[in-house]
Order: sequence, then structure tokens, then C-alpha cells
Amino acid sequence: MSFILFIEQVLNGIQFGVMLFLMAAGLTLIFGVMGLINLAHGSLYMVGAFAAAAVAKLTGSFLLALVASLGAAAAAGALVELLVIRRLYDRDHLDQVLATFALILIFSEGTRWIFGSFPLFLDVPELLSGPVTLPGGIQYPLYRLTLIMIGLAVAAGLFLLISRTRIGIRIRAGENDREMIAALGVDISKLYTVIFALGAALAGFSGALVGAIQSVQVGMGEPVLILAFVVIVIGGIGSIKGALIAAILVGLTDTLGRFLLPVFFNTFMASSDATTVGSALASMLIYILMAGVLLFKPSGLFGEKQG
Amino acid sequence: MRREALFNIALSALLLGVPLWAWIADEPYIITLATRVAIFALAGVGLNLALGLGGLVSLGHAAFFGIGGYAMGILASHAQSYSPIMEVPFLIQGTKSMPLIWLVAMLSSAFAAFMIGLLSLRTTGVYFIMVTLAFGQMFYYFAISWPAYGGEDGLSIYVRNGFPGLNTLDPIQFFAICYVLLGLVLFFSARLARSSFGLALSGARQNAERVQTVGIDTFRLRLVAFTLSGAITGLAGALFADLNRFVSPTMFTWQTSGEIMIFVILGGVSRLYGPVAGAALFILLEYVLGGLSEFWHIYLGVLLLLVVLFARGGLIGVLAGREVAHD
Repeated sequence: MSFILFIEQVLNGIQFGVMLFLMAAGLTLIFGVMGLINLAHGSLYMVGAFAAAAVAKLTGSFLLALVASLGAAAAAGALVELLVIRRLYDRDHLDQVLATFALILIFSEGTRWIFGSFPLFLDVPELLSGPVTLPGGIQYPLYRLTLIMIGLAVAAGLFLLISRTRIGIRIRAGENDREMIAALGVDISKLYTVIFALGAALAGFSGALVGAIQSVQVGMGEPVLILAFVVIVIGGIGSIKGALIAAILVGLTDTLGRFLLPVFFNTFMASSDATTVGSALASMLIYILMAGVLLFKPSGLFGEKQG
Repeated sequence: MRREALFNIALSALLLGVPLWAWIADEPYIITLATRVAIFALAGVGLNLALGLGGLVSLGHAAFFGIGGYAMGILASHAQSYSPIMEVPFLIQGTKSMPLIWLVAMLSSAFAAFMIGLLSLRTTGVYFIMVTLAFGQMFYYFAISWPAYGGEDGLSIYVRNGFPGLNTLDPIQFFAICYVLLGLVLFFSARLARSSFGLALSGARQNAERVQTVGIDTFRLRLVAFTLSGAITGLAGALFADLNRFVSPTMFTWQTSGEIMIFVILGGVSRLYGPVAGAALFILLEYVLGGLSEFWHIYLGVLLLLVVLFARGGLIGVLAGREVAHD
């Protein structure tokens, strides 16, 4: 095992983590402000990826594709919020789970209907394809490095949005006391639609960005959604900071686990057994991490009280 | 209560009558559909114990359904190839006997439910939903990456397992087994709901603090309920695997968890026969809509959305009126 390979895997882990953060940030905002669990967040991720793939095929421009992913996911999010989600805010979590599960069925089958069952491909733009040489002579794909940069930039932007802007103040106020800010004259239902659309746009954006290194297909959103849930459980609900740290932790744990565990087992087992045991255990590693966090901090690393 | 009881009797009769008619009319496919209804209903009854009675919104019941299925798959595949499951420290052979398989399926899924419950019941509300969903997904990835029992491809069992005195390959006889098991479990869960345990559990759902104040440990109460619930869903998983003579990681997917929950909700949460009505409706929809369009899940989604938004009592709620207090 070479050091360079290890650094490469660390970067892969961080890249995976920041993309998870884009998903988890929207989920945790929506839960923090509206108290809603949204299973259909993965569908918005998928909508973003499909919109990007379709636009990229039509125009050939990756930048336009990204704009389309933001626009389509935000529009889908706002539409869903207006039609369905706003009826769910004062319902119990069971109703929210079921209604958003129903939305997954509608979104997934609807997408399959329009685009067919075969995966679409979204190419990495030429400008960003190919490797880049990092200090220390490490060759790393430029596109993945760009993803890390974009993810961190979005994270910084979100922090600024929430701590410095008027809408951020309203979001924080909404997390503290929904009734009170409505009583103070803030149009709460418009705020909810905006937050939901913002979360949706983040999900769609990450769907498009990740879609360029994986394939774009129906059902691509839900595995990511479940990982984002793990991130939120570890980070604590409602905490953007917690989501960022937990996302990178999950990204690193998963990537390094898949890389290191087989190597570790190989030190005292036959090679084929080591690969089997190592990769089976690696697939469970983040859930074991989550179980560990639950044992010691049931409300997450940065969560406050549970509600 | 009387209308609901009438509905329950009618539903039981219907679930028995349709396959009997199909048996006479020689329509084995219909019998298979009825068997699926019975098995899905059984899985739903298991979930309903946690969800309806205990208020525990578990989105990870596919884990127990899958463990039940794999218990059957592993035992039967070893019996099929005459290779022992383990030899040291003591010899364990595979088996093709249904009662033994059911026992193993229930014990192993109960154990998994106990472990998952121990961790996830430390949380409440939306955390609990996310944690159970995540643990369910863990089993899915494990099943895919563990190659010993088929990995992603799953395991095929060539001959259905045996039950003393019956020919289980005959669809109507296998249906009878599932129907009787469903009846037994329904009886058990009706008794449980009226027992002091069930009342305390129901009380903990409505107001946990009050139940704690009178000295009942709600954590233990919920853990027991979750474990029992997992065991019943595991039994359903073993039967489902036997019906298909095939197990695969699909049984572990989050969609399976969602579907088991749909059975409960379409029928009516915390109604005894809710999962039976829901599973019957689900299979009926799959049969009718699936024949109309390849994309029948869209209609299912719309229907589910309408039920959640406008008909919260589910099918039984619509037909029998709302007599169960909803908190």
C-alpha cells in the first residue's frame, strides 16, 4: 500500500462526503425549520441529475446542465411543497413518511416513463477531465477535485446565508419558534416554500455533479438519501455544521473502510477470504459508526435536544 | 365495533373463499396471489404490533423479512447439498422441515430486532425512522457483499420445504399453511393488544410520561414489542421465501420496508385486520393496475397519497367508520 494511493482515497472520501453534505444540508434545514421528514429528497436528487443529463445532451454545455439541475429541482421542490408537503407540516411523522414515500413512487415511475429504464450518461466537461498533479506528485482527477471545491464553497455559502442574511435570520427564527415568527408578520408559508426549494436545489445540484461520475438512473437517489440520513443521525438534526462534519466523516469512513479493511484482513488471512470479509464488513462500517454514535450521543454529535 | 367485526369476518371468509374457488376452478395463479396476500398480511401484522400498538414508526422491517427469508434459504440450501452448516464446535445440519425453519427464522429475526431495537429505541420520532431505515439498508448491503449465500444473485431452493402430513408443493395446501399461521398470529396479536402488556404499550404510545410515572419502563416495553414484531415479520419472510423457492437481497431493500408499511396503512393503522385488508388491496391493485400499465406504481403512489391526505383510517376506516381513537 503506497502513501500516494492512500492520499487519493482520502481525497475520494472527502469528495464523497461533501456531496453527501449537499443532500444532508437540505434535509436537515427542512427538518429543522418545518419539522418534516422528507423521503422524497432522493427523488429531487434524481430530478436534478436527469434534468442535467437531458440538457447536456441537447446543448452540449455542462454549465447549462448544472443550471438546469438547480432550476428543475428547485421547481419540482416548490411544486411538491405547494401541492402536497404543506398539508403535512402539522401531521405526525408517520403521515409524512407515507406521503413522501408515495411521492418517491410517483417520481421514480414518472421518470422511468419519460426517460425509460436505461441509465443516461452525463459526461465530465472537457475542461475538467483528465488528472491534475497535486503537490507531492499525486495525480488526481481534476473533476473530483472541483467537486470538493464546489462542495466546500456551497457549505461556506450556506453558513454565510444562514448567519449573515435576512432570510438566514428568518430560518434560524423559524427553527426556534415557528408560531412566533408568523405572529411577527413573516409570511411563513412563503418562507417554507423557499426553504424547501433551496433544499431541493441543493439535492438536484449534487445529483447532477455526481451524475457525471456515476450513471444517471431511476432509483439513484434513495441510497444517497439513506446515507444522508446516517449523516444527519451522526451530526444531529438541524445542525448544518454537524451535517458537514458528519458527512465528511461518513465519506472518509466508507471510502477508507473499503480500501483498508481488505488490506488489514490480508495480514492474517488468506487473500480471497480477506477480500470477502473485508468488503462485507466495509459495507457495514458507516452503520456501525452510526450505532456507536447512538450508544454515546443518541441525539448526534452536534444535536441538541430530541423532539 | 360491530361493523369492524363484521368486516373482519367477511375479509377472513373472502381470503379463504377465493382460493377455494380457484382450487375448484383450477386457477393455481389465483391461489398463489391469495397466498401472497396471507404472507404480506402476516408481515404487516408484525409491523402493526410496533407501529399501531407501540407507535414505533419502523422503516426497517425489511431487515426482519429478509432475515426470515435467508434463514429458510440457508437451512434449505445446506440440506439440499447435504453439507453441514458448521462442524466445529458441534455439528449443525441444514433442514427441509418447515416448523424447524420457522423457529430458526423467528429466533434469528427476533434477535436482530432486539439488537436493532436496543440501539434505535434510544432515539424517538424522526431519528427513530432514519435509524431503522439505515439499519435495514445495512443488512441489504451485507447480503449483497457476502458471497457465501449467492450474494447479489440470491439463492434458489429447488423443492419447497416439507410440513409433516402435507404436500406443500400443492398450492392450496401451502395456502392453507399460510392462512392458518396468519389466523394464529392474528389471534395472538388480538390477545396481546388486550393484555396488560398491550395496554401499557398503547399507553406509552399515547403518553409515555404517564406510563413511566406509574413505574413502567417504557424502553423495555417497546423493546419487547419491537422484538415480537420482528419475529412475526421474520416468519412471514420465511414463508415468502418458501413460496418463491428463492431468496435474494431484494427482500432487504428499503422498498420492501415501505411496502410492508403500505399494507398496514392502506388497511388502517392499529386495526387488527388492517394489514390483511391492506395486503389484499395491494395485491388486487398490483393485479388490476399492473395489467393495465407497466407503470402502475404511479397509481399506487397517487392512491397512497390520497389515503394519507384524505382518508386517514385506511380501508377499514372508510368502510367501518372511525371507532378506534386516534391520538
